[in-house]
Amino acid sequence: MRTIDLAVTPLRELNSELHRQSDGTNEAEWEILNPRGQHAVAVGVDAPIKVAVRGPVGYYGGGMNKKATITIHGSAGPGVAENMMSGSVVVKGDASQYAGATGRGGLLVIEGNAASRCGISMKGIDIVVRGNIGHMSAFMAQSGHLVVLGDAGDALGDSIYEAKLFVRGSVKSLGADCIEKEMRPEHHAQLATLLDKAGIKDVKTSEFKRYGSARKLYNFNIDNADAY
Amino acid sequence: MCGIVGLFIKDKALEPRLGELTAQMLATMCERGPDSAGFAVYGAPEDGKAKLTVQSANADQDFAGLDAALSKTLGVPVEFERKSTHAVLTVPADKAEAARAAIKAGHPGVRIMSAGETIEIYKEVGWPTDVSEQFHLKEMSGSHAIGHTRMATESAVTTMGAHPFSTGSDQCLVHNGSLSNHNSLKRKLKHDGMTFETENDSEVAAAYLTWRMNQGMNLGQALEKSLDDLDGFFTFVVGTKNGFGVIRDPIACKPAVMAETDQYVAFGSEYRALAGLPGIDKAKIWEPEPATVYFWER
Repeated sequence: MRTIDLAVTPLRELNSELHRQSDGTNEAEWEILNPRGQHAVAVGVDAPIKVAVRGPVGYYGGGMNKKATITIHGSAGPGVAENMMSGSVVVKGDASQYAGATGRGGLLVIEGNAASRCGISMKGIDIVVRGNIGHMSAFMAQSGHLVVLGDAGDALGDSIYEAKLFVRGSVKSLGADCIEKEMRPEHHAQLATLLDKAGIKDVKTSEFKRYGSARKLYNFNIDNADAY
Repeated sequence: MCGIVGLFIKDKALEPRLGELTAQMLATMCERGPDSAGFAVYGAPEDGKAKLTVQSANADQDFAGLDAALSKTLGVPVEFERKSTHAVLTVPADKAEAARAAIKAGHPGVRIMSAGETIEIYKEVGWPTDVSEQFHLKEMSGSHAIGHTRMATESAVTTMGAHPFSTGSDQCLVHNGSLSNHNSLKRKLKHDGMTFETENDSEVAAAYLTWRMNQGMNLGQALEKSLDDLDGFFTFVVGTKNGFGVIRDPIACKPAVMAETDQYVAFGSEYRALAGLPGIDKAKIWEPEPATVYFWER
């Protein structure tokens, strides 16, 4: 296992070392010490390696991840796993705003709470949050899944496209064009798979409600032309 | 962008380290606000005394004989301690208002940064760590401190445009964000007798809170009211003689993270600002909720 201590090694050196890794690398396990809230820790990895970050990270931790399994043993600042392509990012603590923003694939698990705008503009990523999420989460979410075991804040799923949202607790309010939808068998199955991938075994899919798009904002309604 | 740090000490044993810890926190926020920096430090009060922190762009000239001139006008002894472009004037508490008026009337180059029993405010244009060294922040002690690193958006990069802003005795405010209704609010506050030194939007927020507290509200109540009356983006950290408050607007896109232990409450725009605090590994760490007042008093 490679251990890199950010108290002595510059962040840029760490990230270029990580970028040097590719499929089939011999250095499959990495440990990063003393991140102390630095930005862009383990960003842009493109190899099937395991990265354990021991402590809190700042902005964009694990951003643009492809293939790697990144675990942050601490809290994450704004934009954790932003634009992830594949692989997974697990945050053992809380995440700040816009966790998983614009993510195209992979799995983001937040074991604590996520702040506002979780999953904003998500495009295929799966996000599982054990705690609560803040306001304006899944804003303009296009595809992928957002699973929340706790409560959701105001304006959940505002202007949502085809992402699927599953919330176990309360939803403070739904955003424009977001509605509660029926949980059909395929949704229970899908949710069960996601919970399983996130290692969550203590909740039942029947405890969740599903939310998604009413599809009323997809096209311009000519009757509204006067408003412009 | 801007960076904010704040430290409110609960355990008196930590008071001698207030300046050192604040300096270290401020240093982590340089990139968030490279234009200018400032800080308010609440030190120990002296019985029956008030302090005015003043600044001048031509300190050698403006500070020469300032204490003697004031002493003559006020008819009382005036203590004077210079720190680079700033100086702290100590006068009997009942002469604080007269001293302020005398400075305004007779010393046009001297600007008043703060006045009160415990507050001292230092702020200048420049890289934040240089500013904190210029005024020896590291060596200061006290009960609480608030610092700011500025990336200007709404008004010019000048000493007076730097934060914190102080619009009332022992009060100060720092701001990350921008207000959109500051002009109309300023007109209303001016009408009610508030005065302004700059065109800065954050000064309007500071004056607004002073105005509310002059009406008899405590800091917590004034902050609560600000949610109705201020429009725009803001994360504010506010200090009074014995209070420390935090509030974010309902959209809350300006970052904020807080930590609390038995020894202190701390605020940072990012976790980096908190990383070096004693016992941070065991601290309660959270992100303040939007449109929610956080307020501590001692």
